[in-house]
Amino acid sequence: MRRRTRAARTLPVLRAALLLGACLVMAAPFLWMAVTSLMGQLEVFSGRGILPAAPLWSNYPEALTAQPFGRYLLNSLVFSVAVVAGQIVTATTAGYAFARIDFPGRQKLFMLFLATMMVPVVIVLIPRFLLIDALGWIDTYQGLISTELVSVWGIFLMRQYFRTLPRELEDAARVDGAGPLRVFISVALPLAKPAVATLALFAFIDAWKNLLWPLLATRSMEMRVVEVGIAAFHSTYEINWPYQMAAGVVAVLPIALLFLFTQRYFVRGIQLEGIR
Amino acid sequence: MTPAPRGVTLRGVVKRFGSVTAVADADLEIRPGELMALVGPSGCGKSTLLRLIAGLEEPGGGEILIGERPVNDIPPGDRDVAMVFQSYALYPHMTVAANLGFGLRVRGTDRGEIEERVERTARILGLGDLLARRPGQLSGGQQQRVALGRAMVRDPGVFLFDEPLSNLDAGLRLRTRDQIASLHQRLGTTMIFVTHDQTEALSLGQRVAVMDRGEILQVGTPDAVYRRPASLFVAAFVGSPPINRLGLSGTDDGGVAGGPFRFATDPPLAAATLAVRPEDLTVTPPSFRPDITPPVRADFTATVLRVEALGSEQRVHLDGPGSATWIARTPPSLRVDPGDPVHVSVAWERTHLFGPDGSRVGAPPRPIHILRDS
Ligand SMILES: Nc1ncnc2c1ncn2[C@@H]1O[C@H](COP(=O)(O)OP(=O)(O)O)[C@@H](O)[C@H]1O
Ligand SMILES: [Mg+2]
Repeated sequence: MRRRTRAARTLPVLRAALLLGACLVMAAPFLWMAVTSLMGQLEVFSGRGILPAAPLWSNYPEALTAQPFGRYLLNSLVFSVAVVAGQIVTATTAGYAFARIDFPGRQKLFMLFLATMMVPVVIVLIPRFLLIDALGWIDTYQGLISTELVSVWGIFLMRQYFRTLPRELEDAARVDGAGPLRVFISVALPLAKPAVATLALFAFIDAWKNLLWPLLATRSMEMRVVEVGIAAFHSTYEINWPYQMAAGVVAVLPIALLFLFTQRYFVRGIQLEGIR
Repeated sequence: MTPAPRGVTLRGVVKRFGSVTAVADADLEIRPGELMALVGPSGCGKSTLLRLIAGLEEPGGGEILIGERPVNDIPPGDRDVAMVFQSYALYPHMTVAANLGFGLRVRGTDRGEIEERVERTARILGLGDLLARRPGQLSGGQQQRVALGRAMVRDPGVFLFDEPLSNLDAGLRLRTRDQIASLHQRLGTTMIFVTHDQTEALSLGQRVAVMDRGEILQVGTPDAVYRRPASLFVAAFVGSPPINRLGLSGTDDGGVAGGPFRFATDPPLAAATLAVRPEDLTVTPPSFRPDITPPVRADFTATVLRVEALGSEQRVHLDGPGSATWIARTPPSLRVDPGDPVHVSVAWERTHLFGPDGSRVGAPPRPIHILRDS
């Protein structure tokens, strides 16, 4: 009896301590980034302390004007929004088909799709590059966007979610006279909103932080996205750490804000992946 | 307003799911305007049969007709049927009004008419104040009425009900049962009502179809199904408290015997089951006075195990013949207590005898008694 009460008292404390520790580990790089963004270029390596002697706020306007970051942000936004829209269309339709339409070879095809998730993205970069090159789409929006419109993870997520919806709702719609497309649009899709929100969120973040593909698919300054711009500080300014970190903070800000308002969809996304 | 009701005909309909035969060779004729109750234990294929009629499942064989029209290749929405699901299956993201009107909207009915029909249906079902709400904001009973309304609003030729009352509490279930009966009287539409509750089936159905393991065992009026069950399964499934059963085994002289009874049978049976309804047993307490009541000839003697006083009737549990407890339904005025020895007589003309395969042999002849002494 006593042991149980003592355990009951220490357990939450232990759990909180663990979580706090994990939080710190996760937050440390971001804090470091924020701190570094306010240091002088030489101060970074001085080893005189963790905090800047005097915060150099001027790093921000200087970093953001050293390259056309306004344009970069716009490009990132166009890229990310287009990818999100495309992935919503492809993932909901394909996911629904895999969940509900009984076509021959469905299970095998789905397994094949899943198998592609095991292929590292780096491996498909070159074929994708060759593809858009053949189309003459290098350094264009359509080249940048088109290869990213399908997400197997998204299809998987939507399929799992559609499978949890009660079938009788769709049956009711069929008896009410709705054809397959109408059932999908009027009943299944509206009910899958939480999953669509989760998909949109993850797709947006993935696209926003994508560096490799935009680096390959674009050449001109006008087509650069934020991530590529940040990476460019390496060459242009022989690694100006404070500038790079300042741009990094600016790039992370939209994602951080998004997270604040949409936390529950993140959690749901993680839960959904567990559903079989 | 109401279109002519349509009959429903099933001819040799089969439905298999992998190795499971959910519906086996079903023949069923539902007359136009009839309320048919489809009853059977859980998992016997009732829902599947209903879904086959609705077009939600494709038959593996056989033919389904609605009215005169074969509908095997016609999608659910064009079969002129409406269905009320066990879970109600209301669209959670739509208001009550939108739920009611969905079928009409899909069909491209013009907005004015949709509104008018939705309002009329809502008025009939007392849903007028709830039209702007969502299903999640309704009680179970209200949801049930919306589901009913969604079926009614389209004036279908056939209503299909899949256990629509099973999620309601007892009181509401009785009231809704009455509502459906009066709805049927008013609309005169063909209705197929699926339930696992035999009382519900007998109470609602003009005819009752009893199913077990995918097979339709008997179709008939509630009275016929109750009084002349075609098989032991039907006899045992229909009626509450359940029918009393006694296993009998064949004797050397070609009859069957069990407990205190021996019957002559023709043709001879290897085994049989005697079934007696609780109301067909007359219990006489030991204190009966021959000077007041004419003496009753007892068929067997037993000891009272338990007495259930239910107000209008009384159930007396007896250690009757065989190993199982027998239940007799008696007037509440009969005074017996647990432990009392009683005489029991049987209304033989209303009993049933079933052969080894469970099929009906008929009413047994009066037995040759081997009366036990008490
Ligand atoms: N979609 C399905 N897939 C596989 N088996 C099913 C399916 N639907 C029903 N069954 C099986 O068919 C049988 C009859 O089911 P059902 O018609 O739902 O019975 P009831 O409505 O009488 O309870 C059951 O054994 C059930 O497991
Ligand atoms: Mg069922």
